[in-house]
Amino acid sequence: MWLKFKRDWEEPESAVTPEALFKQRRNIIKGFGLAGAASLLPVTGQAASWFGGDDEEPAAIVRRALNKTDIPPLHNDALTPEAKAISHNNFYEFGTAKDDPVKNSRQFNPNPWSFTIDGLVEKPLTLDLDDVMAKMALEQRIYRLRCVEAWSMVIPWVGFSLSDLLKQVKPLSSARYVAFETLYDPEQMPGQKSRFVGGGINYPYVEGLRLDEAMNPLSFMAVGMYGKTLPAQNGAPLRLVVPWKYGFKSIKSIVRIRFTDVEPPTTWNILSPYEYGFYANVNPKVDHPRWSQASERRIDDAGLLGRKRIDTEMFNGYGEQVAHLYKNMDLTRYF
Amino acid sequence: MSKAINKTLASYRWQLKGLLHLLLLCPLFYCVLAVVNGWWGGDPVQAIIHYLANSALNILLITLCLAPVSRKFKLPSLLAYRRLIGLYVFVYALLHLAAYLVIDLGLDWQLFWQENLQRPYIWLGMIAFVVLLAMSITSLKALQQKLGRRWLQLHGLVYPITLLVLVHFWWSLKSGWLEPVLYLVVVAGLFSLRKMQIQRWLGSFSNTNHTK
Repeated sequence: MWLKFKRDWEEPESAVTPEALFKQRRNIIKGFGLAGAASLLPVTGQAASWFGGDDEEPAAIVRRALNKTDIPPLHNDALTPEAKAISHNNFYEFGTAKDDPVKNSRQFNPNPWSFTIDGLVEKPLTLDLDDVMAKMALEQRIYRLRCVEAWSMVIPWVGFSLSDLLKQVKPLSSARYVAFETLYDPEQMPGQKSRFVGGGINYPYVEGLRLDEAMNPLSFMAVGMYGKTLPAQNGAPLRLVVPWKYGFKSIKSIVRIRFTDVEPPTTWNILSPYEYGFYANVNPKVDHPRWSQASERRIDDAGLLGRKRIDTEMFNGYGEQVAHLYKNMDLTRYF
Repeated sequence: MSKAINKTLASYRWQLKGLLHLLLLCPLFYCVLAVVNGWWGGDPVQAIIHYLANSALNILLITLCLAPVSRKFKLPSLLAYRRLIGLYVFVYALLHLAAYLVIDLGLDWQLFWQENLQRPYIWLGMIAFVVLLAMSITSLKALQQKLGRRWLQLHGLVYPITLLVLVHFWWSLKSGWLEPVLYLVVVAGLFSLRKMQIQRWLGSFSNTNHTK
């Protein structure tokens, strides 16, 4: 159980300024900004567009509340505030800067959504996500998320075990790996349309796990976070969460899952094999060539200056659950 | 026309310098505004570090423009502002480094020194920073006269460190190369405008017979 103690400086939910009022206030501020420039312009309306005119901005997808069972976390870390978790994202399909995905994903419409599970399986399936969500018992799991860039978050995901989903297709005995693929839709994903926006990556984004990793009880398919469906920037409507691996393994907006007998290619490994391995297990002893992985910057509710680095744990603190998967492997070689 | 501009540049020196200070502080004000208003998302650490670095690089390119512009448009008075603008390159480089140390590494000095020793791309940034520091200290008029030819040699290091900074930038990216290459094109253009100066600067190291 996760207990939340209210601190004396916290405002109650009821004190939150309604969004409409907040936007009005922004318009008033814009008005001030215009006062000086207005005299220079024949039509003041023109100036409004200089400020981005957020009235015309498409709305982000509406997030639905989800019913779920709370699973007790394996650690007692404080949660990352939701506002930070949904506004600090690596999702190059929507841009390479951390604040790009939330800005550039407002056009994204994940409904309806279907995805395929095929490859070395007895009965390949194309599934409608709404049906899957209705059938699966949804769980809330609080996991650490450790990015390869040495920052971390603690996020309450909502979803179901990956193994519960994969069992439905009856994998063949020859299957040894599971490959995942992100949606390819340049119309909705500006990073796929322009190499400049998308950081020069070849899309679609692909990832993969060994079959025993995929079947580990910790491997999770998230359809929500913080009690609601996922926002687009966090991988709506369906993403993987593999908490003992670096964040980039947790592929977003999945459209295809394929069983294979060979190690599938993975996006960051293709891009820079010396920096990102197939396994990408969180490992404080194996540095990224350009920075140390021994510690991390935990994104919590502290301000920019009030934050301390914490030591990174082997397998992100999930060693008890997953260390046996890598028993006889040299993790400096298979990083 | 250029005479009139020259005259203005020379006779309103203090007012124009005040204005320049304000202009050159704008990136810093924008950075604070962006962070306070949450324009850079929930954890703007990386955005702050990159923005300060880009500001330093942009101002560095401006300083490299001044000599060719003053030559082309016959505006010698323009060069009186070069030191001020150049010092802001150092200010933003210092802020970039401070942001890395304070908000990324959380003032973990041990990690800071360790990373400085182990990461070649940080060496490049550090070399550039140390040269900028030396250039800033020796920008005092008294030292400038005292150092003579040495001063010119030291300040000519701006050419190699500009290239180092571009490699540092390219190397720091997780993917892509378009932005550093665009900068490289601009830098190559600026360097080609001052081929003579660069040759003279290189020559000053080999030709030891010339004292002053």
